[in-house]
Amino acid sequence: MTDTNELIRLSAAQLAQKLAAGEVTSVEVTQAYLDRIAAVDGGPRGVHAFLHVNTEEALAVAAEVDAIRAAGGAAAAELHELAGVPIAVKDLIVTVGQPTTAGSKILEGWHSPYDATVVKRLRDAKMPILGKTNLDEFAMGSSTEHSAYGPTRNPWDLDRIPGGSGGGSAAAVAAFEAPLALGTDTGGSIRQPGAVTGTVGVKPTYGSVSRYGAIAMASSLDQIGPVSRTVLDSALLHQVIGGHDPYDSTSLPDPLGDLVAAARLGNVDGMKIGIIKELHGEGYQAGVENRFNESLELLKQAGAEIVEVSCPNFKYALGAYYLIMPSEASSNLAKFDGVRYGLRVLPKDAPLTIERVMGATRAAGFGDEVKRRIILGTYALSAGYYDAYYGSAQKVRTLIQRDFEAAFAQADVLISPTAPTTAFKLGEKLNDPLAMYLNDVATIPANMAGVPGLSLPGGLADEDGLPVGIQLLAPARQDARLYRVGAVLESLLEAQWGGPLLAQAPALATSVVEPVETLETQEAK
Amino acid sequence: MAAINRDDVAHLARLAHIEMSADELDRMAGELAVIVDSVKSVSEAAGDDVPATSHPIPLTNVFREDVVGHTFTAEQSLSGAPDAYEGRFKVPAILDED
Repeated sequence: MTDTNELIRLSAAQLAQKLAAGEVTSVEVTQAYLDRIAAVDGGPRGVHAFLHVNTEEALAVAAEVDAIRAAGGAAAAELHELAGVPIAVKDLIVTVGQPTTAGSKILEGWHSPYDATVVKRLRDAKMPILGKTNLDEFAMGSSTEHSAYGPTRNPWDLDRIPGGSGGGSAAAVAAFEAPLALGTDTGGSIRQPGAVTGTVGVKPTYGSVSRYGAIAMASSLDQIGPVSRTVLDSALLHQVIGGHDPYDSTSLPDPLGDLVAAARLGNVDGMKIGIIKELHGEGYQAGVENRFNESLELLKQAGAEIVEVSCPNFKYALGAYYLIMPSEASSNLAKFDGVRYGLRVLPKDAPLTIERVMGATRAAGFGDEVKRRIILGTYALSAGYYDAYYGSAQKVRTLIQRDFEAAFAQADVLISPTAPTTAFKLGEKLNDPLAMYLNDVATIPANMAGVPGLSLPGGLADEDGLPVGIQLLAPARQDARLYRVGAVLESLLEAQWGGPLLAQAPALATSVVEPVETLETQEAK
Repeated sequence: MAAINRDDVAHLARLAHIEMSADELDRMAGELAVIVDSVKSVSEAAGDDVPATSHPIPLTNVFREDVVGHTFTAEQSLSGAPDAYEGRFKVPAILDED
């Protein structure tokens, strides 16, 4: 068997190969990750990527996969390629047998009576679920600091943010606490954490991965997608979770295409790659620009043609997003009223009416950012303002779609930095909502138009040595192009670095904590 | 477009069923004024001829076969509720007076 320290650094694709070849068991792999979580996640200087660790069930699924493999025959042959490869799930996605909090006090201790479709698909593939990862409350934020359960730390620098809202999923993968994770992306919540933690994150085409069981923030923007350390691993996971779902009426009936084959193709010769004029330059950190320009040079050397495209209406995207998203969120979050789920707070004085209970419950259960967005959304939807705010924002959405159409007439794939800066310090932007919102300036247009986007590591910024993300965008339903170009760029960059970028991340201090309970120790009891 | 003030926020908080203290209203009004100001340009971006987009990839008439599918039991539906009574959600008085 492989050394556990090496084991946790393997990609999901490599783990799958070793599992299939019988070189390692799923219990060994799953236990190695649980041990890693125990060593680096807890304590005052821990990464804090996980809100819940699912030890018992993960090991049981792993043992089941090992037993099927050991028995051989048809059942073993039918195992999914990723069977036995563990995964972490963002705590916005509902799971039977584990709590789902959405990072909010209002759902503390709540258990879903059903599994999200993507979770069901993980179970069908027999992938052990390691636990639930931290996030900004109801996925509202760009730093994971808005979690009611405390922030996640960036494994590259524990005093910095891991991005958000899916900072937990990105940090778990970056800290080798999981080989794969699920995220959700409404305005960049998969891609921006990927960028600042040196990992890969993909927002699929809107509707191509079911949203059933993802607690909704903005239903017309939300999308579940893969988080991983390599482009191929994201393609493998995307293929597991994607495809039509009758439980989601916005789910696309179209086939996904062979994303894994696209990631393995590794060829950009003759492809046209468009630089979006409006998504780099002014407002972007110099080190981010430098790594971005290097990636362009590499793609050119690999045979791609680099063209410049203009998307003039992208300058309205952030503003329109901050009208549409809160409007939809204020409506989606109305259901958290102290009646059906989680928290109920009684007002201190009489009269004890349902309205006052709702007011007290939501006051105590929601954090500041959630309240801000609910109020903003209620404002944008109120009579007299609806046309000027929500209506105008929906028109901007049309203009952004037209910009994308024009750009994709000139280029097969578009490219930009994923985020304007590297990871900032914890607390630095917490009291300045507008500065926080600007992190998503390059990722929001894709959500507004429903097109797919992928972020991959582009190297380290000169000024601070922190990871920079490169974003690729493709037309709707052409997710395969992201994997094709992403895999090429990744291999060219890794050839320069002499290995994966994460190999350059500082070692995390490991703490000796309570040993994680295993099936063996339980049986011994 | 009009700026957002403290009275607006108090009114919106009531509509949204969120109790807010005086301090919270002050702070929220200040923060929201900045945000609302920053999104103002959106109303000038598009002319009357531009149609609105409500969903990025529209699908129409999404139907399924009219057969009974999976349903939750009352017990499952009530499993996360703060209070329940005889198979129903239990809530405080709906009306002000008893």
